[in-house]
Amino acid sequence: MNYGPLLFLGILFTLAGSWFGLVLMPNRQLGDLQPHVNTNTAAIYPQPIPGEAAQGREVYRSLGCNYCHTQQVRPDGFGSDIQRGWGKRRSVARDYIYQKPVMLGSSRTGPDLTNIGERQPSYDWHFTHLYNPQTTSKGSIMPSYAYLFDVRKIGYGGASTNALKLSGDFSPGPGFEVVPKPEAVQLVEYLRSLKSSVELPEAPLPKAE
Amino acid sequence: MSTPASPSVMSALSPRDTAESRDRRAELAEIDESTSGTVLLFFLAGMAWLLIGTLFALIASYKLHSPEFLNQYAWLTFGRIRTAHLNAVIFGFSAEVAVGVVLWLMCRLCRVPLMAQSVINAAAIFWNVGLVIGIGGILRGDTTGIEYLELPKYATPILFVAFALIAVWTIVVFRFRRERHLYVSQWYILAAVLWFPWLYSTAQLLLVLEPARGTVQAAVNWWFGHNVLGLWFTPIGLAAIYYFLPKVIGRPIHSYYLSVLGFWTLALFYNWNGFHHLVGGPFPAWMITISIVASVMMVIPVVSTAINHHFTMVGHFGKLKYSPTLRFIVFGAVSYTISSLQGVLSSVRWFSEVAHFTHHTVAHAHWGMYAFFTMTMFGSMYYILPRITQREWPSERLISLHFWCTALGIILYVVPLSYGGWLQGKAMLNATTPFLEVVQGTLPWLKIRTVSGLLLALGHVAFFANLIWLLARRFGPYRQPEPMILAGVTPAAPVGK
Ligand code: HEC
Repeated sequence: MNYGPLLFLGILFTLAGSWFGLVLMPNRQLGDLQPHVNTNTAAIYPQPIPGEAAQGREVYRSLGCNYCHTQQVRPDGFGSDIQRGWGKRRSVARDYIYQKPVMLGSSRTGPDLTNIGERQPSYDWHFTHLYNPQTTSKGSIMPSYAYLFDVRKIGYGGASTNALKLSGDFSPGPGFEVVPKPEAVQLVEYLRSLKSSVELPEAPLPKAE
Repeated sequence: MSTPASPSVMSALSPRDTAESRDRRAELAEIDESTSGTVLLFFLAGMAWLLIGTLFALIASYKLHSPEFLNQYAWLTFGRIRTAHLNAVIFGFSAEVAVGVVLWLMCRLCRVPLMAQSVINAAAIFWNVGLVIGIGGILRGDTTGIEYLELPKYATPILFVAFALIAVWTIVVFRFRRERHLYVSQWYILAAVLWFPWLYSTAQLLLVLEPARGTVQAAVNWWFGHNVLGLWFTPIGLAAIYYFLPKVIGRPIHSYYLSVLGFWTLALFYNWNGFHHLVGGPFPAWMITISIVASVMMVIPVVSTAINHHFTMVGHFGKLKYSPTLRFIVFGAVSYTISSLQGVLSSVRWFSEVAHFTHHTVAHAHWGMYAFFTMTMFGSMYYILPRITQREWPSERLISLHFWCTALGIILYVVPLSYGGWLQGKAMLNATTPFLEVVQGTLPWLKIRTVSGLLLALGHVAFFANLIWLLARRFGPYRQPEPMILAGVTPAAPVGK
């Protein structure tokens, strides 16, 4: 192998192979997937998420939640995702068509969040959990996101309606209250928007018993 | 060098030392000298990133079992500091040291001095400025959120320009080569510098600048992510092993044909591997299957390379005692085989069902990037630095400390965490085990990882101290004239002067 040009061509052709196969082909097959329209109800799925949730998605990405949480449900019979209640059906490519960037995640230090909006719709739960995960989940290794909240003196009008209900060690002390900053609200809106159990032709829901 | 009439230390030690071989060495010394400033620049910047990256790593690792640690600031949160660690050690340390090794090797093997160093030095500066901006951006929260491509888009064009310069320069050196014979290491280096810009530009285009639709992004992401390891770091690591192993023990590579086989099968199969990271994900089956098949085919290049290296070494293992380069390089070569075979196993469905999404994957990544690549780079630096500074390593103790801390440290990292990750996967598969119980089960393994991180950090500090000491001897106020090898034997004029 002393012939430079041959080496050069070989190097380029080998990578061209997978560039064609693993970049162009998937793009051809999945690159213009459209939302599904249910013929009976005319419901369209998926839909772009509304503004506040979309901002929350940016908070999620910026804080790197995706390094501990996946957003993909593996099919029945491969892993225990469905048995754990992380989804009613597997995730398919169409679920993600509006996502930029797609944050499938590669680590499950925490549970899958594909359907957290269905599993846990409570604002209160999410706020206290984000403020300090130990409040709801003793022994969790999820970090506290207390900087998404303001700790402030309770004003003359009494405690704010959106103040967190904290007790014991977690309470900010008498006369003080903890209220979510806008980022926290956006983040929780995002989490609550995470739902993907609409039936699709390529991903039927299991038959109801 | 001394005149032929008076027998030099070299000729006394090596009877094959002739006028011609001395000319050859003088030429090499001249070439080494031409690369000296540039290579030093890349090495030093790389080492600085290693220390920073190690600090980030320790913080991230500690947080994972003790989440209350440093949790009052957003910029120190796990999701950011972990990502800053990854980018600092991959694009700061590994890539920069790799470029240093590539330039030095390429000039030597082509027998041409490095031309217009200022251009490539400028590339080094660009690269580091880009990284400081980019990693600062990650800590501020501007990450792209795409694994292995987190550097924000205001930083990546700077990196791309720097990289393009480096690639062009390497190819220019190659183009003007005076040595017509092409050695294996050159094949790998050429491949790496041609592959990387292609990977990086495709990934930037389809993920950051003009994102493809939905899961196509994830596909491109892993095509890129896996290939950064497979088509950039791996070829450079192998180029170094192919060069230093025979060089240090003084005998040629066992088999030319195995080298050819290893190279072309790696080129053919490695780049199809990426989608094994997506097993079970929202993709058509063919995409996953094709990558699993290609991953299994990787047995061919890995085993042929391993056999080739092993038979080159046979009968020379005793030299491990004396040569730091050889120690690190052999550690790297053996780790390459183990981690690659383990990678083949991880790609298979039944294994992936358990290990995917667990700390097992993290352990595997460190087998590859640390036990193989980083150790190989350490070995290379042990060889190159004395030759470009014409000073011997000042402290044997520090070398030993470096070797044992990193070798034992990485074993203590990888073995327990692989096992712990496997247990974590098993526990997760059992849907009746509450999730928090799975989390609790990982704690002991995560704590061991922090201990191993401390060992690695100690090793890095030892190496850095030795390096600074070496440079002080070369450039400091008390610089000592000294031959580049065999300190303690009769002092002779510095080689290459
Ligand atoms: C260090 C890893 C880690 C990071 C980073 C992390 N989490 Fe978690 N997360 C966990 C763990 C572990 C659990 C399970 C225990 C618990 O509920 O706290 C969890 C649980 C959750 C849950 C409840 C899931 C369920 O099924 O009940 C939500 C919601 C959540 N995390 C959201 C987030 C968000 C939002 C972020 C980023 C701001 C984030 N997590 C960052 C580890 C992490």
